Amino acid sequence: MSGFARDRRTGRVIATLTGFEADLLRSLAAQLVELLRNEQAAPRDVADPLEAMLDFSGPTAEPEDPVLQRLFPSAYPDDAEAAADFRRFTEGTLRDGKAAGAGAVVDGLEDAGLPPVLEESGLMIDVELEADAAETWLRTLTDIRLALATRLGVEEGDEDFWLGLPDEDPRTAAHDVYEWVGYLQETLVGALSRG
Amino acid sequence: MKGVSAASPVEVEPDLTPDEITVPATPWVCIVWNDPVNLMSYVTFVFQKYFGYEKKKAEKLMLEVHHDGRSVVSSGSREEMERDVQAMHGYGLWATMERAGTNGA
Repeated sequence: MSGFARDRRTGRVIATLTGFEADLLRSLAAQLVELLRNEQAAPRDVADPLEAMLDFSGPTAEPEDPVLQRLFPSAYPDDAEAAADFRRFTEGTLRDGKAAGAGAVVDGLEDAGLPPVLEESGLMIDVELEADAAETWLRTLTDIRLALATRLGVEEGDEDFWLGLPDEDPRTAAHDVYEWVGYLQETLVGALSRG
Repeated sequence: MKGVSAASPVEVEPDLTPDEITVPATPWVCIVWNDPVNLMSYVTFVFQKYFGYEKKKAEKLMLEVHHDGRSVVSSGSREEMERDVQAMHGYGLWATMERAGTNGA
């Protein structure tokens, strides 16, 4: 397992992932795209179905999925009306941006040589990112971590709980993945912050 | 501020209108809240990148978020703060906005 580092010659950030790691990251990013596009960012609670179909403005109610609630929190916790207006004008754009970012990570991995279906063992994938692409990766790694943490119920200061879980608990493997994505992100921030 | 009691040390010019007295220069603030997920290094990076803050200021704000649970990271007009909150959500930070002074902000 290795993380990101800065290439002093080109100024780009680079990482060498195993085929397994690249495949895992692609799967997580693809799931994020699916989640963002699945639960439609459309207005709900509209009585007239025709009106609902003709309304292309954004959603006003909080998403139902806890991950989406975390990705799109209320901007005005004490003002439902202002919160709904804010959501209407921003959530669609934010969803599109996050989905596009996660899609770019999938494309980046495939451009770097990850085949559509990973069969070959021992395959290594060299990821090389310009500054803009690196920031997109940072945002997507954040969204993936927020999604995993929400599903797992990660809380402040709960490290001992995760360490104490038996290996056969399925949450152990999921939490390991969460930690690994955090490691990738930490090294990516570090590589971008230097120089 | 009308009806301020004698306990207040504030002296107000009698010919100022209530609006001139009560409206602060930057009436809205953007607040970033602590969460158990975001990395301290990433939050600092975002404050530097988006707000253009020096590393020292970005780290100070990040530590406020971490230790106090929240930090006022910017202030300005309502429209400006909506833009900042939207940007923070884009980065995956948990941000809200409110009128300055609402909750000790």
